[in-house]
Amino acid sequence: MSRRTKAIAAIAGAASIAIIATGCSPSSDSGEEGGKVELSLATFNDFGYTDELLQEYMDENPNVTIVHNRAATSNDARANYFQKLGKEGLADIEAVEVDWFTEAMQYSDLLAEVPADAKGRWLDWKEAAATDGDGRLVGFGTDIGPQGVCYRSDLFAAAGLPTDRAEVAALLEGDWDNFFNVADQYKAATGKPFIDSANSVLQGLVNQLETAYEEPDGTIVATENPDIEDAYNTVVERAVPISAYAGQWSDDWFASMANGEFAAMLCPGWMHGVISGNAPEVTGWDVADVFPGGGGNWGGSYLTVPANGKNVDEALKLADWLTAPEQQVKAFVNAGTFPSQSDAYEDEGLTAFTNEYFNNAPTGEIGVKRAEAVTVATYKGAQFFQFHDALQNAVTRVFDGVEDQTTSWNTWVTEVSAF
Amino acid sequence: MTATATRVDESAPPKPNPGRAPRVISFSQRLSRWDLKVSPYLYISPFFIMFLVVGIFPIAFTAVISFMDWDLVRNSGEFVGFDQYVWILGQPQFWTALRNTFSIFLLSSVPQLIAAVFIAAMLDRNIRSKTFWRMGVLVPFVMAPVAVALIFSNMFGDNHGLVNSVLTDLGLPAIQWHKDAFWSHVAISTMVNFRWTGYNTLILLAAMQAVPRDYYEAATVDGAGAFRQFRSITLPSLKPTLIFVIITSTIGGLQIFDEPRMFDQFGRGGAAQQWLTITLYLYDIGWGQWNFGRAAALAWILFLIILIIGLINLLVTRRLVRDEGRR
Repeated sequence: MSRRTKAIAAIAGAASIAIIATGCSPSSDSGEEGGKVELSLATFNDFGYTDELLQEYMDENPNVTIVHNRAATSNDARANYFQKLGKEGLADIEAVEVDWFTEAMQYSDLLAEVPADAKGRWLDWKEAAATDGDGRLVGFGTDIGPQGVCYRSDLFAAAGLPTDRAEVAALLEGDWDNFFNVADQYKAATGKPFIDSANSVLQGLVNQLETAYEEPDGTIVATENPDIEDAYNTVVERAVPISAYAGQWSDDWFASMANGEFAAMLCPGWMHGVISGNAPEVTGWDVADVFPGGGGNWGGSYLTVPANGKNVDEALKLADWLTAPEQQVKAFVNAGTFPSQSDAYEDEGLTAFTNEYFNNAPTGEIGVKRAEAVTVATYKGAQFFQFHDALQNAVTRVFDGVEDQTTSWNTWVTEVSAF
Repeated sequence: MTATATRVDESAPPKPNPGRAPRVISFSQRLSRWDLKVSPYLYISPFFIMFLVVGIFPIAFTAVISFMDWDLVRNSGEFVGFDQYVWILGQPQFWTALRNTFSIFLLSSVPQLIAAVFIAAMLDRNIRSKTFWRMGVLVPFVMAPVAVALIFSNMFGDNHGLVNSVLTDLGLPAIQWHKDAFWSHVAISTMVNFRWTGYNTLILLAAMQAVPRDYYEAATVDGAGAFRQFRSITLPSLKPTLIFVIITSTIGGLQIFDEPRMFDQFGRGGAAQQWLTITLYLYDIGWGQWNFGRAAALAWILFLIILIIGLINLLVTRRLVRDEGRR
């Protein structure tokens, strides 16, 4: 049924290659010292790199012109990245999402190293994840996703729970058990689910583990890791009953944000935009400075410079500038991408920022506290995405009632053994 | 014109013709002879050259990769023989995908072709504003499949979908479109049918228009009713077209991708592989796991499946649609 689409895709693909080819050619003849340099920058979604921000750099460096290509989703960027890595056609600076960053790290030898003077600028764990076995740092950290809890104060009030964000933080402070107890209390009072999805809890739990599915030396421990089994059992036994959905990002899930199906969400900084975008009419949303079981990070990106690019040196300078604390604060104000540099956390622009939609919650300040609460950087191996996706499916099967807790775990074990 | 002229020339020499000087074939004559022999091949060659470059080469390359453990980024591989094929055939997901593909294929192709034949038969009759109706059936086809999938996945939402809202309003239980394998196939087939019925209708209609009207007149004189005419005249005359339509929709049906991919937010066929199809699985192995050796092996397995089903199709259709209309 998709012959026609394939043809269109092929034509579109050919056209985009042609565009990229033409886009690249000027830079090739202008790479010499002191001459005009055209740098291409490829990002996805919204990194907060507005034309004004890039113009600032071009004003400071008159010999540089920046061409910014934005892919719609990180999936598109991922496909493009791995098709062209090690060959030709990648932009001078390519953005990589943390979900597939470990895959990219397998080819860290094909990426240019971050200049020594930039090292040490980022949070330790952010930098550690971008350092390969040979000690080469190959990614410029952009944003991170320190998680807090977003909640509906109106629904909390209706269930007899506190509504003030400091009180809610105090209420949810502690381990996951406490969180689930509050959730059970909410469910008993209203009969409605407490949080949006069971798999967001799984994400939260796994992001607090030292090792998830693979050891840093490459040994696969997925099915033997007791922490993973615990996380799975916790999610199935305690999170599934109080969740509205199995996973996030479905049409139903998007629709649910506005109609009060659930009262709370585990909330990285970038989720604020998702909520306010999908429930613009709702006034009850607020953010609490708390996360069950300590801190947790979810998501974030890096900028990488392919080593075989035409203008590697110039590209490194630009990437360095873009990920410097000052620019990251500007990007945060533009798009809510939370900086991964500790210096940025002292910046007025960040700490004084309040989000009008979330009842004027000081999301900048909360973000800083949540980022500082993150103590563990989960080791995510090259196959993390595959393992985690399969485990999410296992949770979904239980949630959907397709399989019971033990069967679904066993199915996961079988699936994983085939990787 | 040229053909006849040359033929006359060729037949001329054996005849004794004393009044004329020995014939010398001029260069332009020779050129026109080559023109006659070579030109047709030249005219059709662009397609075959293109096909060689963009068709045969990738197919052959896929075959090579399917025997290798391929690293796309470094563009190198290691020969592993039939390992990739063995791996694919040993995957439970492959067999689930095969089941789903056939289920969706049958749920879409069969009702679709039956509907297409009947709609075409209706459009073939004398109705007012013919062109309007005929173009009308093609409107869904003009829509991009992804747009169709987006609209339909909104309709088939489990909690907030249009179809379930209507069902629950009527006091019926809501259908779990994204949990129950069968119903997910129904939902996906609905998208396929929506888009492709009109396309097949127009092809069949064109074939029906080519059936000489005398047959129908004669049948009417003989007292045959509309149904009898349809069964004994229309259907047999449609045979070649039907074979074409069935084969193309078989290939399309077995390669179904857009609709199941757009059916949920992940595009990976559901948590329990409820609607994972072969191409979806292939895409996931290739572009999700970056394992092009396995993906290539699966592509070849799919190719063989399509080939076999296509042949079975051809035989069955030949037998089913008896050609009484032929001389």
